[in-house]
Amino acid sequence: MNGVLALEQILNGLQFGVMLFLITAGLTLTFGIMNLVNLAHGILYMLGAYFCASLTVATGSFVGAVILASAATVLVGIVIELLTLKRLYARNHLDQVLATFGVVLFFNELVRIIWGPASIYSSVPPALSGQVELIPGLLYPAYRLVIIGVGLVAAAALVLLINFSKLGMLIRAGASNRIMVSAIGVNIDLLNTLVFGLGAAFAALAGAIAGPILTVESGMGNDMLILALVVIVIGGIGSIKGAFIASLLVGLIDTFGRTMLRPLFELFMTKAAANSAGPAVASMLIYLAMALVLFFRPQGLFPPRTR
Amino acid sequence: MIKTRVLFAMLAVAVASPAFAADKVKIGFITTMSGPAGVVGKHHKDAADLALEELGGKIGGLPAEIIYADDQLKPDVGRQLADSMIKRDKVNFMTGLTYSNIMVAAYPPIVASKTPFIGLAGPSEIAGSMCSPYYYSVAWQNDQPAEAMGKYLADAGLDEAYLLAPNYTAGKDNLNGFKRNFKGKIAAEIYTNLNQLDYQAELSQVRAANPKAVFAFYPGGLGVQFVKQWAQAGLQGKIPLYTVFAQNAITLPAIGESAEGNYETGIYSPNIKNPTNAAFVAAYKKKYGYEPSEYAAISYDAIKLMDAVTKMVKGKVEDTQAVLAAIPKADVMSVRGRKLAFTANHMPLQDFYLFKIAKGADGQMTPGVEKVVMSDTTDAYAGECKMK
Repeated sequence: MNGVLALEQILNGLQFGVMLFLITAGLTLTFGIMNLVNLAHGILYMLGAYFCASLTVATGSFVGAVILASAATVLVGIVIELLTLKRLYARNHLDQVLATFGVVLFFNELVRIIWGPASIYSSVPPALSGQVELIPGLLYPAYRLVIIGVGLVAAAALVLLINFSKLGMLIRAGASNRIMVSAIGVNIDLLNTLVFGLGAAFAALAGAIAGPILTVESGMGNDMLILALVVIVIGGIGSIKGAFIASLLVGLIDTFGRTMLRPLFELFMTKAAANSAGPAVASMLIYLAMALVLFFRPQGLFPPRTR
Repeated sequence: MIKTRVLFAMLAVAVASPAFAADKVKIGFITTMSGPAGVVGKHHKDAADLALEELGGKIGGLPAEIIYADDQLKPDVGRQLADSMIKRDKVNFMTGLTYSNIMVAAYPPIVASKTPFIGLAGPSEIAGSMCSPYYYSVAWQNDQPAEAMGKYLADAGLDEAYLLAPNYTAGKDNLNGFKRNFKGKIAAEIYTNLNQLDYQAELSQVRAANPKAVFAFYPGGLGVQFVKQWAQAGLQGKIPLYTVFAQNAITLPAIGESAEGNYETGIYSPNIKNPTNAAFVAAYKKKYGYEPSEYAAISYDAIKLMDAVTKMVKGKVEDTQAVLAAIPKADVMSVRGRKLAFTANHMPLQDFYLFKIAKGADGQMTPGVEKVVMSDTTDAYAGECKMK
């Protein structure tokens, strides 16, 4: 693998990583602050993608559609939170898993009823459908560069919000000691709803910008949710910094596993054996990474500071 | 006493009925109609409905009914539906079952019941060791489109190809089918995760390897993703892309201009020129507003074959042996441009075409016919078939 190709694969890993981060951010916050196991988080990603695909057609503007889709998903997310999740905060994790899994089934079926069973294929906006030559020999799809940019900006905004605003201070305080925060008079219900809405906005943004390169279909959030859970375990539950670094790590591990393992295996086994062993090991590489983290550092790489 | 006599008389009629012409022909049609793969079932159903409509709602002159059932792309559901069609509906013909995994699950009870089965798939098992006198395929043996592409590129003198497919049985079968005829250098043989929707990392590798040609098997929705991302990565027109099952009338509306200039091999395109196909395409587009795919074509041919066979046995569809004897002799012009004919293991004898994806008269992408690249071949599994 030469330098240019390695750089291109790093970009591919980054692009996958920032997408994962946008989904994981909300999940780790609700996990960390509300102590809620929310399997329905993937639904918000799916709704963001569906809304964006429909709104792009309706408004003719992709950027407008992304913003509107995120806003619409936040509204749906808040309704879900008020109607179902709010009742679950005090319950045990098994109840939360069952109830939020029910929400997943409900919404997967609902989008099938509304948008039909067929997958929706949307196109990359024409202005971004070309490639950019970053350095000589490295042509990279413009749209994917935009995804990386949007993801990094969103991550920076979230870090600023969490670390330097009053809301962020309350969120961090809530993650460390929830009971104390409510004891000093903070409306923890409102804080929960705000955090949930924030997470929904990020997940919807991820879904909306993923739509043109992936397939918009019922159940598309399920696979992403599993990856997001892996990221959270690796990064440390409730930690934004952990989620960010773990997302990029998982993105890079997956990308390099898919492309490098087979040639690596060819060094010491036959071509046919490498052809079947390479993809098999590559598909479980991130789960191996998670197992290693669980074994050596069960609290995750960057757990939030708690007392 | 009278009651008993009547009962005996009725029983006698019931037992004797195979000797008479049936009063109604029932066709069991199991296919995938829901989920992302449901579009294949839609093409099947639309074409079968059109065929029956053209026959005036009759098969071999008898009133006919097609009983559709959705297997939901689940082998267990497919098998249950097959059981109920045979035992409850007592169908005279079975058809459908496009997806090999459903076919292999539902096939044993159907052929065990001795129901004539004109199927829409040719998995390697059924072409080989599981072959049965009760089964005929009007589709293709699964490996053959890839074999045709391998042969075309070998004949064209190409000495290097880069192969990609999803990591499951059909993916390996297709790449092996390609390699059966292509003797040049294999630059790489890449298997991607079956659930993967983003191929950017693999496409980066392809660009760096810069092979003389890429051959890919990505069926249905995977093909839409693969070909769109191929264009987004800037590879369209830079490296020639040859596919099977990826760029057809099912996927091209979703792929759009990203497919222009790419190649595909297969048995059917709406652009094949012959009178039967011209009439079929015109009627189909008029009725449904979209172009028929190979899935529509084989379903249409299957109904027309059942009609011809029923005529040949003079409506006595219960006489299974006569029906089976009639199938290979039936004189049915396929929309593919040739009469339906079968190999010793009951797979179709036919032409495989090279298609180049281009803009059609209506501005939509369509598989343009380049040439016939492989004809009348027997598949690789025929030797394992002991027909009995």
